[in-house]
Amino acid sequence: MNVVIEWIIAIFVLLGTFLSLVSAFGVLRLPDVYTRNHAASKSTTLGVLCTLLGTLIFFYTSDGVIQSRVLLGILFIFITSPVAGHLISRAAYETGVDLSNYSVRDDIARDKKK
Amino acid sequence: MLDIVLKIGLIGCSLSSAILLIRVIKGPSVPDRVVSLDAMGINLAAITALASMIYHTTAFLDAILLFGILSFIGTVAFSKFLEKGEIIENERRH
Repeated sequence: MNVVIEWIIAIFVLLGTFLSLVSAFGVLRLPDVYTRNHAASKSTTLGVLCTLLGTLIFFYTSDGVIQSRVLLGILFIFITSPVAGHLISRAAYETGVDLSNYSVRDDIARDKKK
Repeated sequence: MLDIVLKIGLIGCSLSSAILLIRVIKGPSVPDRVVSLDAMGINLAAITALASMIYHTTAFLDAILLFGILSFIGTVAFSKFLEKGEIIENERRH
């Protein structure tokens, strides 16, 4: 396997690991559900996409085959993970989970009051 | 070189899953736990991809797709349960 290709795979894997760790620390440290959901749904998605792209390049250069399962996994996670984040955030708002003290405006409550 | 990088990636993803597990345990509300369990499921897909690169086999690649689908279905079902109180509605509305 070529050294340049190996470095590209290594950079993708390290970037994915870094983004996954960043999202985990965001989920641990941010103050309320909505900001935690923001951290978890965006950053984890991008990290996993980087790792899976590294896997796709790895199997393409070692076997000479583009693995369609990895490609489908990339597409599916890219489509569904933000949708799941939206659904659970709306469910959290409907069940009355409070915003944190630092938040300054709440547009849904203002529109319902009208 | 690539072996060491893949093992670093495996350690990092395991560490982030452990940190998400802390939020699952002490999260004050139910949607907190659902959010971090969803992120743990997607992390598990990344761990499977790294393991299939380490063992140099393509047999685990179905499991990546399967983890993505199961994590999405679980989150959708749980958010529908939280919002409406039931997952599959039985009453017919004509």
